[in-house]
Amino acid sequence: MMGKAFLLGDDIDTGQLAPGHLLKLGEDELATHCLETLRPDFASQAKPGDFVVAGKNFGQGSSREQAAISLKVLGISAIFANSFARIFFRNAINIGLPVFELEQTHSITEGDDLAFDLPTGRLENLSSGEKYQLQVLPDYLMQIVSAGGLVPLLEREMARRQDALIGQ
Amino acid sequence: MQSSRGKTIVEKIVGRAAGVDAVRKGQIVTANVDFAFAHDSSGPRRWQPHLDRLGVGLWDPEKVAIVTDHFVPAVDAQSAEILRLSREFAQAQKVSSFFDMIGIAHLVLPEKGLIRPGAFVAGGDSHSPTGGAFGAYVAGYGATDMLGIVVTGQTWIRVPDTYRIELNGALPKGVVAKDIMLILCREVGMDNAFTAFEFAGSTVESMQMFERMVLSNMATELGGEAGIIAPDQTTCDFLRERAKPVDDEQKVMELASDPDADYSSNFTLDVGALVPQVAAPHSPANTRNANGFSDVRIDQAYIGACVGAKPSDLLMAAEVLKGRKVADGTRLLIAPASTETMNGAAADGTLAALTDAGSIILPSGCGACAGMGAGLLAEGDVCISSTNRNFQGRMGHSGSRVYLSSPYTVAASAITGRITDPREFLSES
Repeated sequence: MMGKAFLLGDDIDTGQLAPGHLLKLGEDELATHCLETLRPDFASQAKPGDFVVAGKNFGQGSSREQAAISLKVLGISAIFANSFARIFFRNAINIGLPVFELEQTHSITEGDDLAFDLPTGRLENLSSGEKYQLQVLPDYLMQIVSAGGLVPLLEREMARRQDALIGQ
Repeated sequence: MQSSRGKTIVEKIVGRAAGVDAVRKGQIVTANVDFAFAHDSSGPRRWQPHLDRLGVGLWDPEKVAIVTDHFVPAVDAQSAEILRLSREFAQAQKVSSFFDMIGIAHLVLPEKGLIRPGAFVAGGDSHSPTGGAFGAYVAGYGATDMLGIVVTGQTWIRVPDTYRIELNGALPKGVVAKDIMLILCREVGMDNAFTAFEFAGSTVESMQMFERMVLSNMATELGGEAGIIAPDQTTCDFLRERAKPVDDEQKVMELASDPDADYSSNFTLDVGALVPQVAAPHSPANTRNANGFSDVRIDQAYIGACVGAKPSDLLMAAEVLKGRKVADGTRLLIAPASTETMNGAAADGTLAALTDAGSIILPSGCGACAGMGAGLLAEGDVCISSTNRNFQGRMGHSGSRVYLSSPYTVAASAITGRITDPREFLSES
């Protein structure tokens, strides 16, 4: 995957990613409000393939999955941060949005072109030439991400169980 | 060898749920979930389309609870539709524990005695750790995670570190569990993912259940996945009073962490000399002594949410407000966390003390804390709140400012119209 880097700071919370008072809205409409209080231009600037690069405790706050969904709807292909809040981390994996811990986020600048290879965890900053080896996801999580999320994986699992029943 | 070490209460519960004798920190295991719950925002409306597509139902309707607490009561056609869908879902799926508009899940489920010591519980809300006060492992999950759980009865877990918080000493007058948690947000930090907190020590042992629930609830703000307290006589008594006694008290007490358990971190706090605390905008970790904020004028005081509007919290507010009046130009809004809380307050005179002072009583539910319902803030509004988060814009306009404190401090501030150390209103008692 290739795209530009959007740089965000520490402690980005789920309310900034998906405002609470707008949770009644559908996913596509809600995504247009993603990070609007912090970076009003984010939703209109993000293009399919782009990356979010952030500081520590990314996605802290509520359990609302729309925080991760909004980023995916806008085309963000992966998030690199110093650390993630646990529920956000799980939510992102579950909807097929890969998230990785990266210590050296300070060496990436806004708008840098990045190239990332999911299976090997190799990240390259095409603008600076720097390369990073990220820790790949554990097998089961990689399985979820590769399937496109937990629902497609469940779908497969249910079909398999169905086949097994029919086969008996 | 690690396996020769004792186990923390978290390792005991997770190991039992995963069917693994000795789980190791960082190991990814599959756990069988004993009980799962979700609310109207994270549950049925998010699950239904997927269940339809998958052509499946709940793995065990007896082990799933649905509580409507976010969009209650409906304020427009959209929220009404979300609630209608929740009710239809509960009926169609034969959910035996469906609690419609009787309060916030994190209080309602303990009221019903449904959070059991030793259980592995999955909740579709970030403040699910509240139930850890009952000696259960209760963690929060997002909607798709919960979908997987209610369909299969299982989930993956990376065995967490256990971080022991030891609280010792007697709390001074006017200082409560909330003040402790605001200090811990500052001292321990909020970036502790994949960590389960355990609260122990003489202070915790002498706390009643509703105050213990404040510690567990705000383990969420510490970034923890659980906030667990070993069950003791206080826990068992609470459940017996709810007509849901534990089967074997001795066995329940054995859940406590072994003396030689392997903790990843320890933090000890002597609470004997603490003073009331306030967390300034826009972080619960932005905590200082309450008396340092006396120049901050407030427009709104808010007592609500899972952490801050239980029976104990309304009693604190009433103790300060009794015989006094809310300041001109300041509004005090109170959203009791459950209808049982409301009924209790009406029966014992607490409610009258609150309303006589000029409080405005709001419906039971997550309300303004979740950016929904009544009591939202305008641009420039300043609010002091007994809730657990003050992220920018969470309670309304992004130009509003929210300070967090105990209900004592919220009530004292409502009387003066400025952030006020509550001890000046408590000294005579």
